[in-house]
Amino acid sequence: MRYSLSSLIANTLNGHKSWPVAWRKAEPRPAYDAIIVGGGGHGLATAYYLAKEHGLTNVAVLEKGWLASGNIGRNTTIIRSNYMLPGNTHFYEWSLKLWETLSRELNFNAMVSQRGVINLAHTPAQLDAYARRGNAMRLAGVDAELLDRAELARRVPGLDLSDGARFPVLGGICQPRGGTVRHDAVAWGYARAADRLGVDIIENCAVTGFTFDGDRVSGVETTRGAIAAKKVGVAVAGSTSEVMRLAGFDRLPIESHVLQAFVSEGLKPFLDTVVTFGAGHLYISQSDKGGLVFGGDIDGYNSYAQRGNLPVVEDVAATACAMFPSLSRLRLLRSWGGIMDMSMDGSPIIDRTPKPGLYLNAGWCYGGFKATPASGWCFAHTIAKDEPHPLNAAFSLDRFRTGALLDERGAGATPRLH
Amino acid sequence: MRIPCPVCGPRSVSEFTYEGDATVTRPALDADADAWFAAVYQRANPRGPHSELWHHMGGCRSIIRVERDTGTHAITGASLVSPHEASE
Ligand SMILES: Cc1cc2nc3c(=O)[nH]c(=O)nc-3n(C[C@H](O)[C@H](O)[C@H](O)COP(=O)(O)OP(=O)(O)OC[C@H]3O[C@@H](n4cnc5c(N)ncnc54)[C@H](O)[C@@H]3O)c2cc1C
Repeated sequence: MRYSLSSLIANTLNGHKSWPVAWRKAEPRPAYDAIIVGGGGHGLATAYYLAKEHGLTNVAVLEKGWLASGNIGRNTTIIRSNYMLPGNTHFYEWSLKLWETLSRELNFNAMVSQRGVINLAHTPAQLDAYARRGNAMRLAGVDAELLDRAELARRVPGLDLSDGARFPVLGGICQPRGGTVRHDAVAWGYARAADRLGVDIIENCAVTGFTFDGDRVSGVETTRGAIAAKKVGVAVAGSTSEVMRLAGFDRLPIESHVLQAFVSEGLKPFLDTVVTFGAGHLYISQSDKGGLVFGGDIDGYNSYAQRGNLPVVEDVAATACAMFPSLSRLRLLRSWGGIMDMSMDGSPIIDRTPKPGLYLNAGWCYGGFKATPASGWCFAHTIAKDEPHPLNAAFSLDRFRTGALLDERGAGATPRLH
Repeated sequence: MRIPCPVCGPRSVSEFTYEGDATVTRPALDADADAWFAAVYQRANPRGPHSELWHHMGGCRSIIRVERDTGTHAITGASLVSPHEASE
């Protein structure tokens, strides 16, 4: 059933008793043309674009838990394309363009809200760096505008813009087309749209091994039996090292780290844009339910525990109060963690692997949510055509060997700093 | 999380700086590019027991090798890294 005003009215009159299921509970079949491991945002988007753009519908998505139980349902929902290196800029801008039409494309309201993303500057040097970044973005066709203090005061009324602030704010840069998207609706929307094109979405099915015919992949072993496939794409975010080890890749340029997120009790409208702190690390927005949604740094050590430690909670809360002193008595409602696949240069990998038929999508660090549409789109292309699309050509697995790194932050091979 | 510093006793994780996988060894200066690639970029990144280096920046400034489970954060050992080892 297509979701529409008339289907909403009909179902309302009917007491909402006859909505069809959004996607089938598929049982694994013995063989597929392609298998995607991981039912997060990237895996589901990949399956959708394989079916939609490449006509490959004999596809299964295998998810170890339930749909959207990983990072796609845990992130702080920020989207943007304010990058500086060409290999990143065009990819993330393509993603933002796909976000702009996503709800119509999927016939599912993903609540894409282009409320702007503002980065604060606290030193003249930082403001200069933002001007440079903004110019680089505009040259690449991306929107950016510099903001002075008066404009910041108008757009972000709660912000401490006084000279007495711990790190006085001098200005900022805004990407007006950036914003937020309801993250679980992205997973559900892609799942429903892929299902309608014939893709099997198989939950509670963990991949436990890979089978090969010589070097070429021939399928996977799972907790629900062996499944044959001509092509297998792995998109398991924080579990990348563990899953790829099953395929014989003992070491990868990735470390898994925990990132926490926080949501406060509900407030009346307080903040209608996304703001990030420039003298530390904090990003904050307000959800439609009124809660403030925010996060900061990763905890900073290898972790597969989907919960973090208290020093980061304290640090993030202190930063939020430094920016918005009026929040000091606000209560936290919830906090949680997700496992990030931190790459060695802070940029992702979407590529073939040395094993024919096996493809890898990983290394998303903090920023993989905004990449979801383009990541799926490019990974689908890479799998279907057995070669990367120009948009993801820079995200190669062997760039760490060849030296063609994409280190946007200039932090070197120190995953905890990206 | 508390790290049992062999010099200072159990201290909050916030006093320490993480220095990563302790099993990675620096290749000889004349080693080939592949050996450097492996040491600089490639990690096992296991779920489970992990040997790692922590620098007690907010304390005695020693570099410590900690045995920690990355799935549970349980710490089963911590020892001083000898100055010779640390400079390698
Ligand atoms: C707290 C937090 C805040 C974030 N904030 C932002 C943000 O504001 N903006 C932004 O752009 N990005 C953000 N991110 C990053 C973003 O969420 C991730 O980069 C992105 O979601 C990762 O891709 P995914 O959706 O495919 O991952 P996931 O949803 O984690 O999908 C991977 C899936 O693989 C499954 N899996 C693992 N092992 C197996 C196996 N053996 N067999 C089968 N399935 C398996 C997992 O169960 C999981 O469902 C944030 C992340 C976190 C944790």
